[in-house]
Amino acid sequence: MRGKIIFLAGLAAALGAGWAGFPYAIYTSRPQPVDFSHKVHADKAGAKCEDCHAFRDDGTFAGIPTLDKCAGCHAAAMGTTAAEENFIDQYVTPQREPPWASYARQPENVFFSHAAHVKLGNVKCESCHGALGASDKLPRYRQDRISGYSRLGMSMTDCIACHRQQARADSCLDCHK
Amino acid sequence: MNAQKKYGMSIDVDRCTGCGSCMVACAVENNIPPAHAGANDRNGLTWIRVYKVDNGEDYPGKRSAFIPVLCQQCGEHTPCASVCPQQAVDVDPRTGIVGQMPERCLGCRYCMAACPYHARYFNWWDPRWPAGMEKTLNPDVAPRMRGVVEKCNFCHGRWHAAKQKAAAAGKSEIEPGDYVPACVEACPTGAIRFGDLNDPSNDLRHPDSFRLLKKLGTDPKIYYRSKRDWVRNVAQASRPVSSQKEASHG
Repeated sequence: MRGKIIFLAGLAAALGAGWAGFPYAIYTSRPQPVDFSHKVHADKAGAKCEDCHAFRDDGTFAGIPTLDKCAGCHAAAMGTTAAEENFIDQYVTPQREPPWASYARQPENVFFSHAAHVKLGNVKCESCHGALGASDKLPRYRQDRISGYSRLGMSMTDCIACHRQQARADSCLDCHK
Repeated sequence: MNAQKKYGMSIDVDRCTGCGSCMVACAVENNIPPAHAGANDRNGLTWIRVYKVDNGEDYPGKRSAFIPVLCQQCGEHTPCASVCPQQAVDVDPRTGIVGQMPERCLGCRYCMAACPYHARYFNWWDPRWPAGMEKTLNPDVAPRMRGVVEKCNFCHGRWHAAKQKAAAAGKSEIEPGDYVPACVEACPTGAIRFGDLNDPSNDLRHPDSFRLLKKLGTDPKIYYRSKRDWVRNVAQASRPVSSQKEASHG
């Protein structure tokens, strides 16, 4: 009887660690530097994704905007929130780029073109980035301790699933470099 | 989908001065690391390599020529793809380019044994750049790791960039001028030309051209040209003639 209890307790502990503990333990996690709300910008400023996340002239995607873009509106406080005040004090005034962590950054052997997906394929931002654009809080950035990959990034499985479904190119070197 | 392309090259041996600009441009473009201290002529990385050949005669009849040899981008069934146990090599039916996938490669080097042109290279060492020089790396090309095979892929990064540029303009077809491999761009005598072999407006497949080791039936997409008969004969020789030397490389 005692042996059974020890066995079951051990089993429960092992399963608990595997299911609940390990998936968190393999990621390091840190908050984003600024308490940024996509929702506020979309609602109050009427901003669309491409207003800040823009293409460059050569078709490459600029990704997370640099401080210049933010300072264009936030040179002085526009609202009364502590988050904005913090942002201006710590980054805009000293002209320091916030060390944003990119959730969707791909490994160095991946070629991804926003132009091909957005301009040619008419893929919506949400299809890959989820509801991030409507969120009120930026989730913590979680990074795999072993691979260094972001937890919220697109995995190759996600890419391939869509490419197969849409009967698009899916040979290795279409996306790998 | 895109119209089917068949990218190929024309190399005019009579114009090649053996300067090696193509080799340097290729190495810079494709993030090929400086040669390891232990590297020699047989195990360095040179996706394009300029061979020096001569007609085998003594002075005053001696004549030399330089033949740049890169992956010959064999037809649809390449020797390398046939032997690869990992499906790490494939021929893209839309471009005709023979692709090499380093992440899939297990390093068995069957493909190197199968390649009749010695155009494949093995990473015997981890790539290393002198401190600070990693800043000069081309972000469009991923460096390879130790233990995998690599080779010319007609500057795949430039193909991606051209595709992206076209997509940004709302087009699915790239402009021919937007996609030119680094060696073609670097050649000071214009000996190397590049384009779509299916495009009748270019003469890459000039009737006078020849291909290396044609008798093997590998159907390469690199067409060489020379007015000299002995050069044409050398290009068909199974074994290099005894006096053949390689141009030095870095």
